[in-house]
Amino acid sequence: MAIPKVLGIETEYGIVIRGGDSNPIAASSVLINAYVQELARAGASTGSSRIGWDFEDEQPGNDARGFSADGATPPEVETHLVNAVLTNGARYYVDHAHPELSTPECADPRSVVVYDRAAERILQRSMVAATTLLPDGQEIVVYKNNSDRKGNSYGCHENYLMDRQVPFSKIVAHVIPHFVTRQVFTGAGKVGTEAAGLTSADVPFQLTQRADFFEEEVGLETTLKRPIVNTRDEPHADAQKYRRLHVIVGDANLSEVATFLKVGTTAVVLSMIEDDWLTRDLLPARPVQALRHVSYDLSLARPIELVDGTSLTAIEVQWELFGRARKYADERGLACVGGEEVGEEVLRRWEMVLSALESDPGRVADQVDWVAKHRVIDGYRARHDLRWDDARLAAMCLQYHDLRPERSLAARVGLERIAADDEVEAAMSEPPADTRAYFRGRCLQRWPESIVAANWDSLVFDVGGDPLRRVPMMEPLRGTKAHVGSLIDGCESAADLLQKLEQ
Amino acid sequence: MAEREQKKKQAPTKADEVVEDVPAKSEQGEKIKAELDDILDDIDEVLESNAEDFVKSYVQKGGE
Repeated sequence: MAIPKVLGIETEYGIVIRGGDSNPIAASSVLINAYVQELARAGASTGSSRIGWDFEDEQPGNDARGFSADGATPPEVETHLVNAVLTNGARYYVDHAHPELSTPECADPRSVVVYDRAAERILQRSMVAATTLLPDGQEIVVYKNNSDRKGNSYGCHENYLMDRQVPFSKIVAHVIPHFVTRQVFTGAGKVGTEAAGLTSADVPFQLTQRADFFEEEVGLETTLKRPIVNTRDEPHADAQKYRRLHVIVGDANLSEVATFLKVGTTAVVLSMIEDDWLTRDLLPARPVQALRHVSYDLSLARPIELVDGTSLTAIEVQWELFGRARKYADERGLACVGGEEVGEEVLRRWEMVLSALESDPGRVADQVDWVAKHRVIDGYRARHDLRWDDARLAAMCLQYHDLRPERSLAARVGLERIAADDEVEAAMSEPPADTRAYFRGRCLQRWPESIVAANWDSLVFDVGGDPLRRVPMMEPLRGTKAHVGSLIDGCESAADLLQKLEQ
Repeated sequence: MAEREQKKKQAPTKADEVVEDVPAKSEQGEKIKAELDDILDDIDEVLESNAEDFVKSYVQKGGE
């Protein structure tokens, strides 16, 4: 049986200092500290940048194929200079040279949209707060994109809780077709290409930010030789029962509908994999080439060769997956993606977007980022009679992702909204009620002074006198409002809470 | 291809809907074009003033 798909998104944002020396690490630290200080000044319980991130259980070198990179060359060294754990259960930190925000664990795709949008609002508020800390004339600007157009890419990673019983090789075989073809609605669009040996003449515009950067089918890397399926085996939960599929192949989306479809369809596909529901082998014969092939094909009509010898277009592969999903929903239900209502909404939008892309992509210019971006850039190009390699079009491509509301092009192209402004505002400080993020967030709201460290799967308390006390949270769906809401509300102090938890 | 064929079999009902949709669709097309013109009319005010410098100076090293 498919298990509930607890979900989250972690986004690395592009960052520049306008009018100043551009040290991205320092700028990212200033940005995050400015936000935390502003919350403190406003008297809000902040979560805290004082609270450490507890790395004890983090093992980014573990490989889902069953071996560990310990002793071999580690795939990456995590450098976290500033780390804040927010009261909405999110983590906001400096990762390498970027500000990064990981949403709290969410129980359904719609909730991910709300928390991803809340993350954007947090970055926006951080930019404003940082301006007051910088010398006159300087400004920090943040971009929600995935490439600097010079061959440097940074990620928007998705995470999905899965059943440990499912062999990893089975996940790989059935998820690659989805990852290669979902680009038709998840792509955030890019003017030109960063792939070696290709120029703007070969690829004037492509569907995704990221396809240029993938070189392997499966692997542990995230920064070099990036794989379509990442094997990092770090469940942040009971490792006997769960795995966390860490997905690095996607683009950061500005469109809420695109984010909803990206995580929603992927959650459905992963549930079908757990339930052995995907019988047809849709694996492309050459997945890495196919990923680019799909990204470079604005006609959406060129077929991909599959290992079984047949050829299908990306949209046809998506129709196959959708067809199976429709049947799966009818026979098994969609409780595992957060409930029937939200699951049916995923299927409704999935069918609608595929129909539109097949007949006239312009119909989803309010839903699919690459379509929206292409429409406005191509319109500008036509109006001013520009070549595709004109710097003005490259600038517009970057500016689509500018998070300053007055500068953002994405904010001007009429994208459909899913999340309401007031729920997004609330999600900046309130945790989701239906995952363990509730326990993390509420404890940080109530007793920040008693929490010395936090992690996805534990909180460490210092209530004075005794040794530090770690509260493990190995079950992502425990510690919800239903479980602990009244318990937390009824406690005077963290010591009180710990005592009651032990009873 | 079973699922896909099944979809195609449902085509008659879908085709009927599409026929009814045609006027609405072209109206929508007009609307989208008018919207795009409006966006493009205003866009120069927000675009980066020196595109070439902006693109050149946008460098992001180290990630993931």
